[in-house]
Order: sequence, then structure tokens, then C-alpha cells
Amino acid sequence: MSEFVNTALLREEFRRRSQLAIGVVVGLFCVLFFRFAWLQLVQHERYSALSESNRVSLVPNIPPRGVLYDRNGVVLASGDWGYALEVVPEKIADLPALWAQLAEIVRIEAADLRRFHRLREDSRPFEAVPIRQRLTEVEVARFAAQRYRFPGVEMRTRDWRSYPFGPTFSHLIGYIGRISQKDKLALQEAGRWSAYRGAQYIGKAGIEKRYEEWLHGQTGFEHMEVDAGGRALRSLGRTPALAGTNLNLHVDAGLQQVAEAAFGPYRGALVALDPNNGGLLALLSKPGYDPNLFVDGIDVETWRGLNESLDKPLVNRALRGVYPPGSTIKPFMALAGLELGLSKPSDSFADPGYFSLSAGGHRYRDWKKDGHGTVDLHKSIVISCDTYYYRLANQMGIERMHDFLAQFGLGERSGVDLDGELAGLMPNAAWKTRRFKQPWWPGETVIAGIGQGYVLATPMQLAVATMAIANEGVVYKPQIVRSWRDPKDGRVHTAAPEVVRKLDLDPKHLRLVKAAMQAVTQPGGTAAGAGAGATYSFAGKTGTAQVVAMNAAGRSVSGSARHRDNALFIAFAPVDKPTIALAVMVENGGHGGSTAAPIARKVLDYWFLGQTTPGAAAMPAPGLAEATTGEGDHAD
Amino acid sequence: MQIELRIAGLVRAGLRRVFRHADPVLLGLILALLALSTLTVASATSGAYLAGHLTNMSVALAAMLLLSHVPPQVLIRFAAPLYILGLLLLLGVAVAGDVVNGSRRWLNLGVTSIQPSELMRLAVPMAMAAYLHYRQEHLHNRHFALAGLLLVLPVALILRQPDLGTSLLILASGFFVLFLAGLAWRVMAGLALLLGAIVPLAWMFFLHDYQKQRVLTLFDPTSDPLGAGYHIIQSTIASGSGGLFGKGWGQGTQARLDFLPEGHTDFVFAVYSEEFGLLGNLVLLAIYAAMVARGLTLSYNASGLFGRLLCGAISLTFFTYALVNMGMVSGLLPVVGVPLPLVSYGGTSMVTVLLGFGILMSVASNKSLVKT
Repeated sequence: MSEFVNTALLREEFRRRSQLAIGVVVGLFCVLFFRFAWLQLVQHERYSALSESNRVSLVPNIPPRGVLYDRNGVVLASGDWGYALEVVPEKIADLPALWAQLAEIVRIEAADLRRFHRLREDSRPFEAVPIRQRLTEVEVARFAAQRYRFPGVEMRTRDWRSYPFGPTFSHLIGYIGRISQKDKLALQEAGRWSAYRGAQYIGKAGIEKRYEEWLHGQTGFEHMEVDAGGRALRSLGRTPALAGTNLNLHVDAGLQQVAEAAFGPYRGALVALDPNNGGLLALLSKPGYDPNLFVDGIDVETWRGLNESLDKPLVNRALRGVYPPGSTIKPFMALAGLELGLSKPSDSFADPGYFSLSAGGHRYRDWKKDGHGTVDLHKSIVISCDTYYYRLANQMGIERMHDFLAQFGLGERSGVDLDGELAGLMPNAAWKTRRFKQPWWPGETVIAGIGQGYVLATPMQLAVATMAIANEGVVYKPQIVRSWRDPKDGRVHTAAPEVVRKLDLDPKHLRLVKAAMQAVTQPGGTAAGAGAGATYSFAGKTGTAQVVAMNAAGRSVSGSARHRDNALFIAFAPVDKPTIALAVMVENGGHGGSTAAPIARKVLDYWFLGQTTPGAAAMPAPGLAEATTGEGDHAD
Repeated sequence: MQIELRIAGLVRAGLRRVFRHADPVLLGLILALLALSTLTVASATSGAYLAGHLTNMSVALAAMLLLSHVPPQVLIRFAAPLYILGLLLLLGVAVAGDVVNGSRRWLNLGVTSIQPSELMRLAVPMAMAAYLHYRQEHLHNRHFALAGLLLVLPVALILRQPDLGTSLLILASGFFVLFLAGLAWRVMAGLALLLGAIVPLAWMFFLHDYQKQRVLTLFDPTSDPLGAGYHIIQSTIASGSGGLFGKGWGQGTQARLDFLPEGHTDFVFAVYSEEFGLLGNLVLLAIYAAMVARGLTLSYNASGLFGRLLCGAISLTFFTYALVNMGMVSGLLPVVGVPLPLVSYGGTSMVTVLLGFGILMSVASNKSLVKT
């Protein structure tokens, strides 16, 4: 093969192959072009949206949460802010080492670490989790100076809620807490999640929970152009936030504080209402807890301590404690007798100290062994005669008793805007058949007449019923909010009272019962000690109830102190034109007259005089011997 | 007046001399590409790299024009020494190279650091073309095999650094030499079969984890959106959001707001297609295709086998660079560190590519001087 031929062949081969190559080049470029067309024409919308969401970041502008004020403008719950230290766990290789380093600068306690680990479980990946809240000024300065040592640790200003009165309002106001997964789902279902973008907290209990929608407001947005590093470059526009609504409550902080102090070491509950509109003036459940502990997530040990305590500080006794009303039911029974025409004020009988359904039958004993002598309606209330009401109840029968007392709200929820309220129990025969598949026995009617047996009521129900006597027959729904300021136009709106029902009661009958209740607080009455020296007129009724079904849990607790009777007292004042009606329940307090009534007196003194009257109704310590003007045990 | 005219005449004559070997079509296409490049780099870096880019372009153009004056018969004499030097440097790198980003690619010469693999981009096809040129009278399969050995040695060394992108592209350029020299189809088929057998083995035993990751994320970039897939996701967003007409020059938010990493280097095409859209892409593809076609035409017209093979390989390698880069940016190919030729910012790549075109121009204009 000659050189020339070979060269020519090579050249020819080159031509063919380079033409082939050009074909391949064009073909592959066509593939590229189709890919570009796919991205830039077919998928253009999608990528445009992605590019926009890359570029535009919605920076949430969290609205200030509504402030809660009492009736006098005292702040009960308000926003607060300060510095918090937050850690992005994913950015930290060795957390224990970080804690050791951080502890050189800021105080970090075991509870902080426990809370951190609990919050971390709930957090999303790469979300900052707080390790310390409310840094002191010194801590802020120290961390700022050494920030460079701690990549992945950020110091941020954080809003939170503070409850200046601590445990005093725990069961009324409740608390806010971090938004949980469950909260989020509920908000999404309700279509309210958009209002919570960027928000961290939500009402978890009490008023904070029930009025969440008002208090939270609406998250606003700043549309920011951001770069890849998340730095905001410029604002593209904004949607303003709508602040939460400030609520003015009926509650009186001073009243609540006095009530709390008056309980001393006792457990129990107090509910005070305004008889003119149902306004909730005080709602106390003792013991309480510090709501501030819950705001940033309570640590497990503290929570367990609260949850497992025998004193049950987490139970709202005012709404969830169901107790036999005992003798506090007597004024209502007396009124029932009058209204139903079963008794006349002048009727009287000789009290032998017991009642029997049949001659020689079981004796239902009075608390006073030998009886009270001749007893009429007035006296039956003043000295709290049991025999009178055994007789009356037997005469009335359970059905009429049930129907009359139910009008006062016994056996039904008051409807107050707080979660978890229980309905108590006002029994009748139908109920017993339903519940136990047993007939109703006449003896059960007899003891129901003195508020024992199946009858159960919450302190809230007793307060509502008392209110209905005080205002001559109006059952209001207990109202929490007195007025509010509309965040949009700044106008103040006043809440209208809500009437549940109006009772048709004879004023003459009411006058008789009220007079008897007033005499209870006067010399000779069961609450004479608590009424001594009062400069205003007040009416009341003591009650002492056996610890049969102590509360909703119904758990038997050992120890004699927890087997003592519950002390009760209902009251309203002034007698003529009442401005307050209340119910006091002291768990294991012994006698209503000696333990519960003095608490009511202190509260009323504050309400009318603006101060407590020391000495007038000194608080006996628990475990002290029999009271001076009390009632004995209810037998049976 | 006279003097001015004479000076003007001298300048004109000088310029004509400088551009004497420059193919006007190729030069025009190159300048068009560089103009687009300047616009895009300026936009991607908000003007910060503009001065550097212009400098790089000037140096590279000067080098191209300079090389266009060196006739092929001189070039062919440098082929062997250049190749041996490159190979030695690669060995030096393997023994004593500096490790940057986990790869041993740079050789510290005391005064300056060099990356010998860059040198090999031209030296390998040169050496192979020269070898085949000297054996052109009776080309036999064993000559192809020897030329293949010239190729495999440096590729293996570069693969070991490891630098998958460069080694594959040098492999491609060497393959183009063999292909254009007439490598038998059945040998190519055999090699393809062999490759099919080697790839799974290489995957299991030789590829580094990060290289595997690059391939894997190609198939599903969203599997690692903040890691290996980030580049691809952001570059497809950039391209796709450009649409038909693009967002306009300087209006690309992906690049301007730093969502697109390396927007002026390897991912410059994403910025380009975000700002100039599908029509801009079409223009770019047309320029590239025209350059490859022109390069192959000039190669075919070259008088010697050395020039023809080298220039053909240079043209096709240039195409491969462009294809791989655009394929990678648009999410068709794995992310390998290949710049978009003559568009990406970066002096080394610019100089290497334009030196290749310098050779092409030299070969094209010196056809009569080489014996056939």
C-alpha cells in the first residue's frame, strides 16, 4: 500500500467520521435543547414559583397577646420580653460539652436541661430550642462577649407571658404554653393556623385557653427579599399584625388575694359572683400552682410533683370538686317548702332529735342529740335543724325536690367560660334507675333533704344558687369578661349579662328565707362568730358535710386529717341590695361556721371595707378542737 | 498628516500581521461567546469579577493569537517533550502533591503551584496525534494500542488524584484522536463492552464516596437538598424560572441573591439561562455547534495527519466540555467540575481552550507548509 493511498484513505475516513461526529453533536445539542424547553417552557410555572419562594421570605410579625386586667385595672397577665439562649441541636456535636462551656457564662440548672430535652423532642429539625430563658443583664453581656465560642447557640429576644400574681389566679387565668403538635392540628382543622405563623405560644388552660381566639390576635407578615444566607435585603410589602384583645375581667385581684390568704393552710375553693349580672368576682381553688412555670414548658419532675401531690393542686376545685352541699341546701329546701305550699312560716314542731319514717323504724338523727326544742322555719335555718328538713324532704318527695332545686342550677353546669366544669348531681328516681337499675328508697329522700346522700354540687353551683336567692330569682351565667377593647378601632365594649332563667318566686317567701339567713350570722346563729362586729348586713348558711365522695377523683386517702368533714359556707351581702354572693368550701375544714364562714367574712370585709378586719374572725389552725358555734356530725 | 497616515498604515499592517493566521469565522464566534460570557459573569458577580475576567480573556486571546503563528511542524516537535514533562509532573503530584479539598491535584514548585492535569488536556491529544502522524504510512492496530497507552497512563494518574471530570474529558479527547484516525469499529465495540464490564467494578472498588454521591444525587437531587443535590436543584430552578425570554440581564434572582453557588464558574450557564431564557440558550447552542462544525471543517482541510487529528480532537473535546457542563447544570448529567468553555470565569480554562483554538488556527492557515 503506497503512502499516498494510505494518506488519502485516512483523509477520507476522517471526513466520514467527522461528518458523523457533527451529526452526533447536533443530535446531543437537540437533546439539550429539549431539556431546556422542558425546564423553561413546560415546567416554567413551577420553577418560577420555586424561585419566588427562594427569594421572598415571609417574616412573621407576632401580635402582642391581649392583656388581662381585673375590674380595677390591675394587670393579671401581660406580655413581657427579654433575652433567651437557644440552641440548634443539629449544629452541636457534643451537647454535654456545650453545657459545661455555657455553664461558665450563664446559670444552667438541671431543670433547664430537663426542659431542653423535653422541648427538643417536640421540635422540628434545625429548630432552635431554648436552654435558658430570661437571661440577666450580666448574663446577656457575658454571652454577647463570648458569642464567637458558641456556633449554633443564639441569643434572641423572646416574648413571653408573665403572671404577676402567681398561684393566686392559677385556676382562673390558667397559662399559655408552647404550641404542640396537637394544638397545631386543631388550629389547622379550625382554619386558624395562618394566624399562628411564627407564634410559639397558645393558651393551654383557664381564661388563656377559652379566650385564646381573642387574646392571640392575627399574625402579620413582612414580605422580605432574602438572599441564600437568609439575610433580609429589603421589604417588598407587609400585612400588619392584629393585636390580641385586652380583656377587663369582673374579677377583683384584691378580693382574690384576700380569699387566698384567708384559706391559710386549708385546701378548698371559693367562688364569688355579682348578683346583679353574674360577674365572676373571684374564683379560687387551693392549692394552686405557679402558672409562670408552664409558659416555657414545665420540666418533668416539677410537673410530676404537682400531678401526683395528694393535695391535687392541678384540680380546679371550684369547678371540678363535687361535694355534698350539706346544710347549705337548707335555705333552698325551706323556700321549696314555702313555694310548694308544704309548710307555712308559722308551722312549728317539737324536735325530738331524730326523724323516723315509721314508728320504731330507723332513726335519722339530728346533729344535736336531744333536739332543738320547738322549731319553726326561721329557727330551722338559724340553728341548722336537721330533723325539720328530714320531715320536709319526706313530705316533698324526691321528684319535687329535684325539680325545684334544679331551677337554681344544682345538677347542671353553670356554663362559665372555663374548661372542665362538672355538673354535680341532683338525683331523682329516674336517675337512680338509670345509674344503678334500682328503685328510689324513701330514706334516700330524707338524707337528700340535708344535702347528703347522692346530692353533689361544685362550689360554683353553690355560688350560682346563692346568687339566685340574693337577686330574688335570676340565674345568670357566671361571666368572666366585663368589657374589652376592640384592637381595630379602640372602642370599649361592655359584655351583656346572660340570664339562664328567671325563677318565679314569691317575694314574701324570699324575705323569710333571707331574714333567716341573716340571723345565721347574728348571735344565736351557726355563723355568729364570723358575723360578729360586721358593719354591713350579711346573710349566710353554714354547712358541714361528711367526706364521702371528696372530689371527682374519689380516691380514698388515708390519714385522719383527710377524713375530717368538709366545711361549707354560702353568703350574700348586703342583705337588702346584694352586691356579692359567694360559696366557700374548705376540704376537711371541720365545721362550716368555724372554718368556712370566717373566710367569707374576710372576703366580705375586703369587698365592703377595702381591708380585712384582723381578730374579728381569726382563723383556727387545722386540727384544732371543736368550734365554738358549730354543728355536730350528721349521723347516717 | 503624512506621518499620521504612515502610523495608521503601520498599525493596520501590524494588526493584519497579528491576525494573519486567525480564522475570521472562528474568531467571530469566539468573540461573540466571550461577549456573552462577559455579560453573564458581570451579572453573576455584580461586576466584582469583571476586571479579572477581562484580563483572563485578554491573556487567553493573546496566547491564542501567539500560538496561531507557531506552525504545526514546530508544534509536532514539542509533542513528545511536553507529554513526558506532563507525565513526570503528574507522577510528582502523585508523590508529593498538595492536597486541596481532599484531592491531590496541585504541585508546589516553590514559586507557584501548578495543576499538571491542565497541561495534559492539550499534551495528551498532541502526543497521540504526533505518534499516529509518524506511523501514518502503515497504521496498524498495535499503533492504536500504543497511542491508547499514551492516553491511559495520564488518565489513570489523574483519576487517582482523584479528578473524575478532568480524567474523563482527557479520555474523551484521546478517544476522539483514535476515532478520527480511523480506529476500527469492532475495536470500539469491544472497548464499549469492556467499559460496560468495568463500570460496575469501578463503582464498587475505585470510585470515591463523593463521586458516587454525585452520580446518585443526579438521579434524585431532592434526596439531599441541602447537600449534594443543592447545586442541581438551585440551577434547575434558575434555568426553569428563566422561561422563554429570561428574566433579563442583571435580573436573575437566583444568582444575585446567592442561591446559586459558583454562579460565575461551573454554574455560569444557570445564570445565563435564568437571565436570557430559552432563546438565549438557543443562541448559545448555535454558537457552540457552529464552532464545532467550523473546527471540524478546518481540521478536514488541514494538510497533515497530526494537525487534522489534533484539531478534530480539539473541536470535539470543546463540544464535549460544553455538552457536559450544560447537561450538568440542567440536571441531565452528574455534577462534575467542568467549566462551560469560554463562558465560565477562570483563567486556566480560558487559556487552555483558546490555546487549542490557537493550534486550530495555526493548522488551518499553514496547510501548504506541511508535507502530505
